[in-house]
Amino acid sequence: MALQEKYKELIDAAQSSGTTNLQVNEQDGVLHIDGEAPTGAVKDQLWDIYGKIDPNFLTGDVVMNINVATAVAGAKLEVITDSTNLNIRKGPGTDQPIVGKAAKGETVSLISKQSDQWWLIRTDAGEEGYAYAQYLQPVE
Amino acid sequence: MTMRIKQLASIVLVMGLMLMVACKGKPKDADIQAAVTSSLTAIPGVTADVKDGAVTLSGQVASEADKTAAEAAAKASKDVKSVTNNITVAAPVAATPQVAITADDALKTGVAAVVKDFPGITADVKDGIISIKGESTAAKWKTLKMALDALKPKRVDASGLKVK
Repeated sequence: MALQEKYKELIDAAQSSGTTNLQVNEQDGVLHIDGEAPTGAVKDQLWDIYGKIDPNFLTGDVVMNINVATAVAGAKLEVITDSTNLNIRKGPGTDQPIVGKAAKGETVSLISKQSDQWWLIRTDAGEEGYAYAQYLQPVE
Repeated sequence: MTMRIKQLASIVLVMGLMLMVACKGKPKDADIQAAVTSSLTAIPGVTADVKDGAVTLSGQVASEADKTAAEAAAKASKDVKSVTNNITVAAPVAATPQVAITADDALKTGVAAVVKDFPGITADVKDGIISIKGESTAAKWKTLKMALDALKPKRVDASGLKVK
């Protein structure tokens, strides 16, 4: 319960921002927050609040897994790598051969989600393959 | 007139005697209630009402087994003629869903796929805990933490990380 108090602002924000399937569970001293944010902006906002309560996320008492609801098949996704190109691979896994690359800031289309981590995408140039979901954010 | 009074008095006397006899042979409801209540101490939440030796159990218990046990305990009590079991069983409280933690093997694969893009950072996975070591900028670490949390670990231990 203490953790829910510490991160009350974060939980309240998740609830009031229309995050669906919101689950907040404390287990082994870690607060697990799962849910689906209505937009990428809401997800960013939640991470900002988390970072405000726990600067640089160093305490390790929260695991927050927020997906974005608009990331559905056909959605436009922006490549949000730090600076490098995003690898597009033949299959879902870093052991798979690279079949293409998408630059930072480029927009690609979501074809399907193979898993939470690997999404099948298509670039505007027509390259198709699997990319790591964490570097893709739905364009609103 | 005197005869009538005498008659009346004897009728009252006889009735009184009958009442006394009836009372003596009949166990008091209060006593039965005390006995039943003491037999129910192991099952909290149950109350017993007694009327003419007939016991009515009410209240709420956690399980069907408790309900049956309460009835059996009441029936076993002295002078109980019958037991009406009006105890309700509480709906099971929805168990708090356990947080699903990714198994180490899958977690290792996921962590390796993420961390390779972050030079200067290494990660270990053990018992669902991702331990991060190295140096990173705050912005890069945030990106990495978001990716690691999405793998559903038990926790992310960043005590070995230096944020520049």
